[in-house]
Amino acid sequence: MGKKILLAHDHVPGIQGYEVYRQNGGYASVEKAVKSMSAEALVEEVKKSGLRGRGGAGFPTGNKWNFLAKPEGVARYLVCNADESEPGTFKDRYLMSRIPHILVEGMITSSFALGVNTAYIYIRGEYYYIVSILEKAIEEAYANGWLGKNILGSGYNLDLYLHVGAGAYICGEETALLESLEGKRGNPRIKPPFPAIAGLYGCPTVVNNVETLAAVPFIVNNGGEAYAQIGIGKSAGTKLISASGHINKPGVYEIEMGITVEDFIYSDEYCGGILNGKKLKAVVAGGSSVPILPADKILTTPSGEKRLMSYESLADGGFASGTMLGSGGFIVMDETTSIVENLFTFARFYHHESCGQCSPCREGTAWMEKILHKMIDGHGTIEDVDLLWEIQAKIEGNTICPLGDAAAWPVASAIRHFRSEFEEYVRNPNSIKVVRHYDSTQNLVNA
Amino acid sequence: MAKVTIDGRVIEVPDGITILQAARMIGPEVAPPTMCYHSKLKTSGGYCRTCLVEVTKSSEKDPRPMPKLVASCRTDVMDGMEVGNLSSPKVIEARKSVVEFLLLNHPLDCPICDQAGECHLQDLSYEHGSSKTRTDFERRTFEKISIGEKIQLHMTRCILCYRCVKVAEQITDGRVHGVINRGDHSEISTYIEQAIDNDFSGNMIDVCPVGALTDKTFRFKSRVWFTKPVLAHRNCEKCSGNVNLWFKGDEVLRVTGRKDQWGEVEEFICNTCRYDKKATSDWTVEGPSPVNRHSVISANHYEVFTKPTEFKLNDVKPLSIQEGDKS
Ligand SMILES: Cc1cc2nc3c(=O)[nH]c(=O)nc-3n(C[C@H](O)[C@H](O)[C@H](O)COP(=O)(O)O)c2cc1C
Ligand code: SF4
Ligand code: SF4
Ligand code: FES
Repeated sequence: MGKKILLAHDHVPGIQGYEVYRQNGGYASVEKAVKSMSAEALVEEVKKSGLRGRGGAGFPTGNKWNFLAKPEGVARYLVCNADESEPGTFKDRYLMSRIPHILVEGMITSSFALGVNTAYIYIRGEYYYIVSILEKAIEEAYANGWLGKNILGSGYNLDLYLHVGAGAYICGEETALLESLEGKRGNPRIKPPFPAIAGLYGCPTVVNNVETLAAVPFIVNNGGEAYAQIGIGKSAGTKLISASGHINKPGVYEIEMGITVEDFIYSDEYCGGILNGKKLKAVVAGGSSVPILPADKILTTPSGEKRLMSYESLADGGFASGTMLGSGGFIVMDETTSIVENLFTFARFYHHESCGQCSPCREGTAWMEKILHKMIDGHGTIEDVDLLWEIQAKIEGNTICPLGDAAAWPVASAIRHFRSEFEEYVRNPNSIKVVRHYDSTQNLVNA
Repeated sequence: MAKVTIDGRVIEVPDGITILQAARMIGPEVAPPTMCYHSKLKTSGGYCRTCLVEVTKSSEKDPRPMPKLVASCRTDVMDGMEVGNLSSPKVIEARKSVVEFLLLNHPLDCPICDQAGECHLQDLSYEHGSSKTRTDFERRTFEKISIGEKIQLHMTRCILCYRCVKVAEQITDGRVHGVINRGDHSEISTYIEQAIDNDFSGNMIDVCPVGALTDKTFRFKSRVWFTKPVLAHRNCEKCSGNVNLWFKGDEVLRVTGRKDQWGEVEEFICNTCRYDKKATSDWTVEGPSPVNRHSVISANHYEVFTKPTEFKLNDVKPLSIQEGDKS
């Protein structure tokens, strides 16, 4: 069994409620922080821990905190990104619904470290049932003196608010999230300035993922070194992986970084192997936007070693033969999966979710979906495969926010690794098994 | 001061200006094309991506190239920066793609569009685009709608440059105009076709780079190249009163703001000047408007210019000024 940090008490009955959470060591980090540590020392511990952002980009959290501007007399904000909408990713949902207090505790300790007196959780609208769970947890934290004025008599004040989004993937992009939180249309901002300088209401702001903030209590309680010891190299600590697709045991797993991909897919502790004893065909390892890899490439690195579940190992080989850990949305596809049809689903998603501000993403995502739709309808041509390739290349890197890249990479990688399947697909329209079309409300239906 | 090199041309510019502004200071040969940036509108730019450039050297201090092409209208210069515009094959390629993207959903029916002849997209595609289209998918279409009595919006032609939205935000008070929906379903809209009840709302027409927002009092009265632009002014209480009058024969068909070399409005004008002052006697004419020699409008511009008959320069003060004096 690997080390568990976030889900260590997942199976304790009643852990969702305050009493049980507290009895199991909950809120100790707040006590330790406000009573015996300075803000600077806390940031230092987080730096030492090597914790990296769990929202997708893997940016070192300690550095992000260090960059936060601290002008005199200006409010600072901490915002938790709980918009989790990347297809294949459902780890924050699991954590927040099972152990809501770990997020509340993480936010209090982190706010103290950042000198923040107002913090927000921005949660996606579809997680309405978690809203009440979190609301209750926040209420309990207030009732027990962990939030509000003069926390534990230290003179430190913190208010924590929950804000419910309205169901847009783009509001997970941190600056779109801030716009939305301010009550505006959720369009990503043009950077610079970055949130650390001018974020929420123009004030210095840190935006962190749920899982990132939930790791802070362990770091404060046990020290940064202890966290850095877990995991492998620059991939310190544990990571929540949401495993889905053709596996025997889909679900959310907390893994210690550095276990092999093979182990993760085939061992009984995790995914338990491919469903119905079928063969593994491909994996999308970090949420729909990271490059898809065929079985051989996801299991071994270009140098022939076993690939590990870590930032570095998954990225080994660059985009030519590697991928990314991303948000930890691990989607497994068996030999029966059509890469073309899967790509259509992804392309449709990105088209639907593009905010439409910049031309390459707005027009390009729609174009790619239309071409894939044409293929699915059995009218695709070989030229369409080349055209898809060209379109994705024209979007990538030329947009305001990374959604453009996120839409381009799945297309690029699917064609890069499965080009022959695309060619087969357009050459033999009669062999297409699933006929799909749009109904009048633009919903995808299976005929 | 910052020393910047663009396409091999060196210029010293003040700190804090953008690459685009620096390029414009050098001249039109190195200035990237723009569709969404507008010098008189705060926070404009960054959307269309036609002005992308390659920064091959970030600055003297940090000589590394920037990893991606950047929007020159939203990227500040640094001392020692080296930029590739037309000299960068990557930029040419990216610009061509942007044109292709912008035309994917844009109708290619310039012959029936009122903007033809003064449309930035037409110029852009002529200069940077490719001559054939690679898509046969249906384009998105919308019904024409009215934004108040004087402005017509035809979303089918809109390229979502956000300029009119910025006008609504910054020139007019009260935000009643914005974007609804997402992605390529995005629509410029007012709340339920509400008139934008503001003296400066007409400027949305002037900032629109394409034929999406047009002046209903002018629509289809004439092709622009059959009209002659003339600089004129009047004493106006609301705006500077500096305008372009568009004559056909002796008749003023249209009043617009004056545009600079880059096609951007110099000073916003009020709706009274724009819609209600269409008699030559309302204006003091200064002379023919400068028109770029390459513009189709110039084709008709430099034939013998006859001054409108009922108006003589140095004549009595125009009516409007006398009215203005009374109040
Ligand atoms: C289109 C898009 C969607 C995103 N969605 C999420 C999300 O749902 N949750 C999240 O934590 N980060 C998301 N991100 C990443 C955030 O912008 C940001 O990097 C992250 O919240 C930072 O937190 P971290 O440093 O703790 O990872 C998204 C980014 C993009 C470009
Ligand atoms: S890349 Fe897409 S989602 Fe991001 S700002 Fe541009 S249009 Fe919006
Ligand atoms: S209507 Fe015109 S000005 Fe407004 S966003 Fe569309 S193209 Fe731009
Ligand atoms: S002019 Fe710079 S992005 Fe549109």
